[in-house]
Amino acid sequence: MSKFKKKKSGELPAVNTASLPDIVFMLLFFFMVATVMRQNTLMIENKLPFADQVEKLDRKELVSYIYAGKPSERYQKTAGSEARIQLNDKFAAVSEIQKFIYAERETKREELIPYLTTALKVDVETNMGLVSDIKQELRKAEALKINYTTRIGEVAKNR
Amino acid sequence: MAKRSAPEVNAGSMADIAFLLLIFFLVTTTIETDRGISRKLPPIQDEEVEPPVIKQKNIFTVIVNRNNDLFVEDEKMELSELREAAKAFLDNGGGVGEDGCSYCQGARDPQASDNPKKAIISLVNDRKTEYRTYISVQNELVAAYNELRNRESQRLFGMDFTEMEAKYNDPNFRGNKKKMETQIDQVKVMYPQLLSEAEPKSS
Repeated sequence: MSKFKKKKSGELPAVNTASLPDIVFMLLFFFMVATVMRQNTLMIENKLPFADQVEKLDRKELVSYIYAGKPSERYQKTAGSEARIQLNDKFAAVSEIQKFIYAERETKREELIPYLTTALKVDVETNMGLVSDIKQELRKAEALKINYTTRIGEVAKNR
Repeated sequence: MAKRSAPEVNAGSMADIAFLLLIFFLVTTTIETDRGISRKLPPIQDEEVEPPVIKQKNIFTVIVNRNNDLFVEDEKMELSELREAAKAFLDNGGGVGEDGCSYCQGARDPQASDNPKKAIISLVNDRKTEYRTYISVQNELVAAYNELRNRESQRLFGMDFTEMEAKYNDPNFRGNKKKMETQIDQVKVMYPQLLSEAEPKSS
């Protein structure tokens, strides 16, 4: 009779964790695919303004970025506290923008050149003097398509 | 000889490895698509070319001074009123005969713009103007154009202009792009974005 008696142990059975790696891998792949690595290390403060009439910037490979703003605290000793331009990973002068645009163009296929866009990521506190200097240089380099990168929200939040 | 089965690989630490990678990607991830206001800069023109003569009533001057105050047609204005003011100016349609505007719904004031095709918004900044004010003003002006374009696009094609443009620019959109392009161009001809920016003044 005791042959058929189920052995009753007082302990709870352990939770089966065999599928845990699968779940984690699934999440891992999601993040690997969705990840965009930061291209540039920002050396400036970069608080973007709000706007709501925005368009999406698709095709990241066709966008070159120009950053502008006050140098962040750790660079203020060397770069001063006036708003500066950052191209790639360095501070740059206004006159270097043209060279930067030409260098960006070099790396792209010829048929894509008309679609190149320059995204201006400018800090809210920057003066328009610097921004219009940048724009003037872009006009000289014939990079006429620009995009003022913004956050999405009411303009009233800019105050 | 006893039959030996291949030893099973211990996969117990797989989860740990996967977790490590997962945390790395979680930390480095920035899920973002950049968005912003797209504008087109005017090409550099020869100095010798005479600028065309434009009637004063067809120009809507927006000035932002160094203290970030907004002046529209030489009168102080709040930012929240700018959109409506710009729309009223663009949509005025005060012209008669050849300059007339059949689709405008504005006040038809003869002192304001003749036709949206001729109405120019001129934006003047100071070098000391803050970027946030500039973007706010740009946004409101672009919004004025977009709202008028949406209205006409809605009337003619039953679809918002901005939606049409987004679809047109979407590489994954499977639809009649050719037809859409002509529709977009048609609306753009009705309300062309004539937004001129002068070199900022330094005062």
